[in-house]
Amino acid sequence: MIMKLLELNHISKSFDGLSVLRDVSLSVEKGEIVSVIGPSGSGKSTLLRCATLLEKIDKGELIYKGKKIASPGENGNSIYASKEDIRQAKKIFGMVFQSFNLFPHFSVLQNIIDAPVTVNRENREEAKERAMKLLKQFELDDKADAYPCQLSGGQQQRVSIVRALALDPEIMYFDEPTSALDPELTAGVLKAIKELAREKMTMIIVTHEMNFAKEVSDRIIFMEKGIIQHELSPDDLFDSKYERLNEFIGKIS
Amino acid sequence: MDIGSIIGQLTDGMVTSILIFLLTLLFSLPLGLLVAFGRMSKNKILSTVMQVYISVLRGTPLMLQLMVVFFGPFYLFGIKITTSYRFVAVIIGFVLNYAAYFAEIYRGGIESISRGQYEAADLLGYSKTQTFIRIIFPQVVKRILPATTNEIITLVKDTSLAFVIAVSEMFTQAKAIAAAQASMVPFIVAAVFYYVFNLLVAFGMNRVEKAFSYYD
Repeated sequence: MIMKLLELNHISKSFDGLSVLRDVSLSVEKGEIVSVIGPSGSGKSTLLRCATLLEKIDKGELIYKGKKIASPGENGNSIYASKEDIRQAKKIFGMVFQSFNLFPHFSVLQNIIDAPVTVNRENREEAKERAMKLLKQFELDDKADAYPCQLSGGQQQRVSIVRALALDPEIMYFDEPTSALDPELTAGVLKAIKELAREKMTMIIVTHEMNFAKEVSDRIIFMEKGIIQHELSPDDLFDSKYERLNEFIGKIS
Repeated sequence: MDIGSIIGQLTDGMVTSILIFLLTLLFSLPLGLLVAFGRMSKNKILSTVMQVYISVLRGTPLMLQLMVVFFGPFYLFGIKITTSYRFVAVIIGFVLNYAAYFAEIYRGGIESISRGQYEAADLLGYSKTQTFIRIIFPQVVKRILPATTNEIITLVKDTSLAFVIAVSEMFTQAKAIAAAQASMVPFIVAAVFYYVFNLLVAFGMNRVEKAFSYYD
């Protein structure tokens, strides 16, 4: 049986009466790579923020590895599982933000090992060793002692990828990881994500990089107005039968 | 009377001034952080109480506050005021007053840290307490250093207000000697004392700022 790591069933979310997600369902199996595309304000980021529990869903069901983290209560509104269940669920995924969100007062190495050491009580030397291996893999080993402010945006984003990986997640979420970067730096970050794809990391990637999405994904989801409008194979991305999708892609590329 | 003996007579006062300064910092810096937490609390009652506290303590003269703390127990509850309470009253008054100012400095610093820092820490598994201690507070300290230095320099000069409830800090003694000797020298010695004290404060704080300058 293929295990579903994440299941979002009929989730809805609104902010101050403004409906941002409407009855969205999405599930991801182990090893799958799903890209989410769509115009800004379409709910892509909110979808990730709900999946990562940074936002609470109003309605629907959120399941990680078969365990219900949020499910509809009697009045239809979603009820969340216990704090401990939520804490356990958060260990399943890692998140990469558009704005990196590295800790500026920590060196690159400290950014990576601080959570393993202080949160998970891992041995400092072992955490360090693993961090250095990851840094080497992402061509950042010479930056271990640098501070985030001394790095380019692209390097910072790669460090934030390594920081998430150091906690050994089963799913990686990327929220427009290259939107704050110029094209040259973007290439380095996309290369890092492709490296993860090669290792069969399960990923959901919100992106505006269409060529990248086509190249790396197993499935592509087009969102607009809080709804998953279309789900398609990457081969069909530039040649789909959906008029609105073609128009969107035509506009941004 | 020569300068040497004037300085000699002022020594006790200097020690008292320095003691007021140190004890005020020791208690008001942590208390200010607690007040800031209360002020930012989601609990409306707590937050309102702290807001009123800050507003009153910043909105009335420190001199008046010292008198309220000193005479209050007698006027309000008929408790006999002892001489040893003078110094305690000074410390209580200063700590309450400075905690209000520090609270607002802390709040400004804490609110200037982006949400992204909290979100990243949350998803890396940090608890709320761990997030504050390891991620947020160190960044807050760096940001609030210049404003804190200002407050500390003001505190050095404010210690002279202890005279209103007859705690003989340095300035009280300087005035007494000046009056007795009909001389400006004690005032000049007092001025040099405060100035040198603040030079040291500025130097020390500058060192601390440098220690935090390893990142932007």
